[in-house]
Amino acid sequence: MTEDVINAEGLTKVFNKTLVAVDHVNFSVKNGEIFGFLGPNGAGKTTTINMLITILKPTEGTASVLGHDVVKHAREVRNVIGLVPQEYTADEDLTGYENIILCADLYGIRREVSKKRANDLLELVELTDFKDKKVETYSGGMRRRLELACGLINRPRVLFLDEPTLGLDVQTRAATWNYIKLLKKEYDMTLFMTTHYLEEADALCDRIAIIDHGKIIVTGSPMELKNNLGGDIITLSVQQEADISGLVEKIENVKEVKKQDDTYLVKAENGELTAPLIIEALRKKGYVVTKLSLTKPTLNEVYLDYTGKSMRDAEESKESFVSRRITMRRARGR
Amino acid sequence: MSQSNEQRVSRLHGLWALTNRELKKWYKEPILLFMSIIQPVIWMGLFGKAMNLNALFTSTQFQMPPINPPLTPPQLQQLGEFFAGLQSGVMKSTFGTADYFSYMSVGMISFVVLFTTMFSGMSIVWDRRLGFLNKVLSTPVSRGTIIFSKVLSATLRSIVQAAIIVVIAYAFGLQLSPTFNSINILGLFAAIFLICLGLSSLFLMIALRSTRWETQMAVVNLLNLPLMFASNTFFPTSMMPDWIQAIAKINPITYTTDAIRQLLLYNMDVAQLMIDFTYLGIFAAIFTSIGIVLSWRYLSK
Repeated sequence: MTEDVINAEGLTKVFNKTLVAVDHVNFSVKNGEIFGFLGPNGAGKTTTINMLITILKPTEGTASVLGHDVVKHAREVRNVIGLVPQEYTADEDLTGYENIILCADLYGIRREVSKKRANDLLELVELTDFKDKKVETYSGGMRRRLELACGLINRPRVLFLDEPTLGLDVQTRAATWNYIKLLKKEYDMTLFMTTHYLEEADALCDRIAIIDHGKIIVTGSPMELKNNLGGDIITLSVQQEADISGLVEKIENVKEVKKQDDTYLVKAENGELTAPLIIEALRKKGYVVTKLSLTKPTLNEVYLDYTGKSMRDAEESKESFVSRRITMRRARGR
Repeated sequence: MSQSNEQRVSRLHGLWALTNRELKKWYKEPILLFMSIIQPVIWMGLFGKAMNLNALFTSTQFQMPPINPPLTPPQLQQLGEFFAGLQSGVMKSTFGTADYFSYMSVGMISFVVLFTTMFSGMSIVWDRRLGFLNKVLSTPVSRGTIIFSKVLSATLRSIVQAAIIVVIAYAFGLQLSPTFNSINILGLFAAIFLICLGLSSLFLMIALRSTRWETQMAVVNLLNLPLMFASNTFFPTSMMPDWIQAIAKINPITYTTDAIRQLLLYNMDVAQLMIDFTYLGIFAAIFTSIGIVLSWRYLSK
């Protein structure tokens, strides 16, 4: 057996015989890592998660979680995984505590055990003071934390998070990331998450797979992917009219120079070290640098580089659009 | 892993958790319970009491054609007695009860059952929309349990509501039959249980495929009116046109209402009661199995 926690081979899902949502994807998730699926809405992220958590049957290909096949041994898989869905699934008419206990009952956890776990989890996500309040009074961030707690009630070895911060404001999002990291540390799990927020993938994931139109375009750590771009971008202008491209290209670490009107775009490794070298070299030849800026690549540039376009929203079904809208509205609280 | 001894996965555990979730919304919210009772009570009050059919037979309601020679006082009294006899005779032979209120207030039980089961179908549309269904599907709870919990909660709710309606109707003048006894109450619950199994499976089946509650609402409303009115709930089927009678004959609501009337109002006709229960049993068995098979298929697509 492999030591991979999740393994997918040629995983494919075709809806209604024509709509290819996930197209022969291969990936493996290592024990203890946070693996992220990054892609626009409608790229096939949720469909992939739904196959892994055994609620959709793959049209083709196989996937296993902790060695259990998601189709043949669905029940075993369900026992060892937890899910934090994209939507807010907690029942609004029940209290936070009742919701967690409901989740525990679905796993058939004995009441003495589930009571203790529920209280521990509520403590960790700092909802103890609100546990006897109805969920309808919760803010977006609180609801998210409750979902996290519910997803952990069966002590899963693998936790699936589908768009864990969809619709939350920037501050709440950052706070939610901290809770996710804390819980991961506390319970020693492997995390599989999807997101369409580039900065979220960057901040949380050990490795990411960029997915678009149901296909995985590239897999790697955020750092690797950014470095693969060929380094940083130095943008500069000089006082003189003459073309300095040839001169800059010879400088160490410089990969590529492009001239756009009167500014030069220089692709270079270790931009912060290379920039002074460029200034120095130009000054020696009598050129005066008037402007210079350094851009470290973000995943946005990576995404742009691999897909040839910015993150865009693909078409999605009306159903998923409506459910997303409900999620967003609840995230913002009332 | 220590998980195996900490977790014992029993079907009943999840079933009760999901059923209780539905019930909690209802009994923790007295206003909801109140609203679900008040509607049939208003119907009973307005419909049952307003349609005061007995008044048709009192001679003051219309101008008597003049009779020549004028009737003598003893003859007049005889005529009055004749009309009084006619009234109770007609009521008895048409409705089987002495008054219309008794007849229709029992029909309200079917009415409540119909609406409660209809909403249980609705709730699965919401569960799907809000993602709760997916969440439950990712847990070890079996697919059949998810559906059955909806059926069970609708059944329990209907039984409680029916009991409340009988009590209220009794307070407002429902005349129980002389053959009524406490065992009949159990029969009443059994009849409700069977019709609820069948109807909520039916409505859930429709709901499984629909993602918009508007669609569900439209379909359900389309079904509700014929189920309600092409039956003996408000009026005896024997006086309806043939084509409505044909619908009423296959309508499970007819058999439910008749079973309840046999148990509460009429001099119990055991043969007829057996027919009612057999029909309801078959209806429940067929629709529950179709419902469970379909949901199994559909929920594990």
